Amino acid sequence: MGEPDRDRLAVVGAGVMGTGIAVLAVGHGIPVVLVDVLDDRLAEARREIQLGLRHGRLMGALPTDVAAGTLTTTTDLDDIAEATAVVEAVTEDAAVKTKVLGEASALVAPATPLISNTSGIPIGELADAVRRPEELVGTHFMNPAYLITMVEVVRGPATGVATMLGVQTLLGHMGRRGMVVRDAPGFVTSRLLHPMINDAVRVVADGVADVETVDELMRGCLGHPTGPLRTADLIGLDNLADALRLLAERTGNERHRPAQLLLDKVAAGDLGRKSGRGFYDYGKVLL
Amino acid sequence: MNVRVEQATRPTADTVGIEIGEFLSERLNTAVDAEQDLFASGLISSMFAMELVVHLEQSYGIAVVGRDLKLDNFRSVRRMTDLVLRLRDAPATEDV
Repeated sequence: MGEPDRDRLAVVGAGVMGTGIAVLAVGHGIPVVLVDVLDDRLAEARREIQLGLRHGRLMGALPTDVAAGTLTTTTDLDDIAEATAVVEAVTEDAAVKTKVLGEASALVAPATPLISNTSGIPIGELADAVRRPEELVGTHFMNPAYLITMVEVVRGPATGVATMLGVQTLLGHMGRRGMVVRDAPGFVTSRLLHPMINDAVRVVADGVADVETVDELMRGCLGHPTGPLRTADLIGLDNLADALRLLAERTGNERHRPAQLLLDKVAAGDLGRKSGRGFYDYGKVLL
Repeated sequence: MNVRVEQATRPTADTVGIEIGEFLSERLNTAVDAEQDLFASGLISSMFAMELVVHLEQSYGIAVVGRDLKLDNFRSVRRMTDLVLRLRDAPATEDV
């Protein structure tokens, strides 16, 4: 459970991951300051967080005997100053992350863990931007963060012991289990999953099988819980394309370049579940 | 068309059950029967489960809150029908 006297979480970036992490924290009684550059996004995020809290309780994934933590939304980054930990969950772009982490680092008290949530940008690349690199650590939460209990935790080359302890303690307060890995492009999960999804897209584009068949085979034969293309829709196709691009750039492996069909969908605004359509059609967007 | 007219004259429980069944059949792309355990059969994903709650709330003007907000109430078309009828008859208690 959260310890309201101790945990005060700031989440910067109110996209899919930021709102999901906010649900997780608030649902465990931890007060959250959620920051974004857009007021409209924050208003929408408030609605999504209420829905997420209900979703988590429906699935038995959030405690029902804990009063929700207070949610504060703001466009002023200065409001993170009192946080005991900061989760940066902005766009999957090293330059944007670097800028936000640098600013956040200048605002918080020393010894406050700065947690960059990324599916694959090496933490070491971001460390120069912050005042105290030992306070920077990576997490890779899965979506939805409030339903999936395991979190990939990335120890950067400069990450200090106290920061590792801090992030694991916070994860524990939110009922998560962190698995620590070393810093590398895509870490473990994205390095394995994203190229597989990319190939699944190529299989469809090549006409080997349709979307449903690919997912059914991966479910029925290989025990994948949802299938790669449904997973892609859940991740968000824009985010997936970004993650693949950065994986290709940093590994030099051209196979990691996002498949053309994936790029076409992103260009058409079909971003997956969050936009109502990706590889599947979700009808009316309710979540 | 005729089928629709017939349904409208049936008792409420039947109508609600049929509507929920039709919604599920369309969204899950397969026929579902009233007693079928939709979670055990893997038909309903954790993501779709919440959509289903919101769909029922919007379609029937109910609020599923507090102790009612549990997966067990959405396990089958029958359970969902029972929940909808109960909440529509009794004003929702705001114990969120």
